[in-house]
Amino acid sequence: MSAFRFSSAALDTAALRAELTDPGCGAYAAFEGWVRDHNEGQRVTRLEYEAYAPLAAREGEQVIAEAISRFKLRGALCVHRIGALALGEIAVWVGASAPHRDEAFRACRYIIDEVKHRLPIWKKEHYASGDSGWVNCERCAAAAADAGADAASSAAHETHGHDHAHGPRR
Amino acid sequence: MSAPLYGLLLTGGRSRRMQRDKLRLEYGGQPQLARAMALLEPLVERSFLSVRADQLEDPLRAAYPRITDVLPEQGPIGGIHAALCAEGQAAWLVLAGDLPFLDAATLQQLIAARAPHRLATAFRSSHDGKPEPLCAIFEPASRAPIEAWIAAGQRCPRDFLAHADVELLVLRAPRALDNINTAAEYTQAHGQFGERTAAGPQRRLKIQYFAMLREQAGRSEETITSHAADARALYAELSASRGLHLKPEQLRVAINEAFADWSQPLSEGDTVVFLPPVAGG
Repeated sequence: MSAFRFSSAALDTAALRAELTDPGCGAYAAFEGWVRDHNEGQRVTRLEYEAYAPLAAREGEQVIAEAISRFKLRGALCVHRIGALALGEIAVWVGASAPHRDEAFRACRYIIDEVKHRLPIWKKEHYASGDSGWVNCERCAAAAADAGADAASSAAHETHGHDHAHGPRR
Repeated sequence: MSAPLYGLLLTGGRSRRMQRDKLRLEYGGQPQLARAMALLEPLVERSFLSVRADQLEDPLRAAYPRITDVLPEQGPIGGIHAALCAEGQAAWLVLAGDLPFLDAATLQQLIAARAPHRLATAFRSSHDGKPEPLCAIFEPASRAPIEAWIAAGQRCPRDFLAHADVELLVLRAPRALDNINTAAEYTQAHGQFGERTAAGPQRRLKIQYFAMLREQAGRSEETITSHAADARALYAELSASRGLHLKPEQLRVAINEAFADWSQPLSEGDTVVFLPPVAGG
């Protein structure tokens, strides 16, 4: 089984933990990311995750390989949910086993941080207001629209004055 | 029954700010005049250039049927009027000569929404909401009011449409009617057409869309042919034709399931994905 996986079904954390048991390990740490009921002042009712799976899986494997070598782990695993999720569900699970606790703790932190920043995974939040939005994208879209509007106000001037619009073109 | 649809490309502009004939400006290795006529010809029964009398012998223009103004020195409305006089039974799809981003889908949208019982069918400008007269269909019945408009000393075709019975449409590709007036605008637009290898072959590319871009494009994947030399040129092309509203600096690129540089050359059969800002975890 690969060390990074996607799952469209609820995660069985006991089974995942069992994959990491190892008599050579004195420590095991796990991190669970949960679906929260609010974000940036809005009440969240549910989530959807979407991924560019082949690239995300490859990058996820790379993150875990980095963690294993950096923290001298004996085992590490990350599973990310895909599709529709309800409040309280586990969205992402990370586990690491190592001879000593410090490495296991730090590896979990490293893996979740890198997964959040590097993997092509997108989260759409649905709000109690009926709105929805792609996390980290909506502000970019608004910024692009603002930039477009700025360009547009100068372009509108230009457009109205298509070189031939007013002055005689002949 | 509605009148047959003819096409008219306005080429009589003086290009004063550009200081070069805008119809000779090249995009993807082809002059704008040829590009615009290639777009127009398959969609209309006959197509013509609107020219000044002193342009009749210009070799670039002489390859096409031409119409010269009846009322000279009136600007584009004079060109539209001349076409309505020359072929009075036809409706005219009129195009400005400086719309390098115009695509077939936008013209098809205009033609599909044509309202022959009104004087004209036009897009609302995505910049100021006013009618866009230089990618519009003028029905035969618009000839008399246009004549009266010119006789009243008016010249602006946009103002004419703003006061006429016009079917107004929302542009699906908001940048499709952006025009080019200055050398700086040309340099910018020119770059977006992947000029460096524009003379090279077209490539078949598979594009996959995710998350916000999937919703903006209205599809999760497509196969296209493109002259775009690299991902940057390809994104410029697709953002115009598919109405993608994120800026390239907000995106990353993947080619064949690996992160790639915006300037990595594209090859036949590549799969390209533009990655919106991510939010895993």
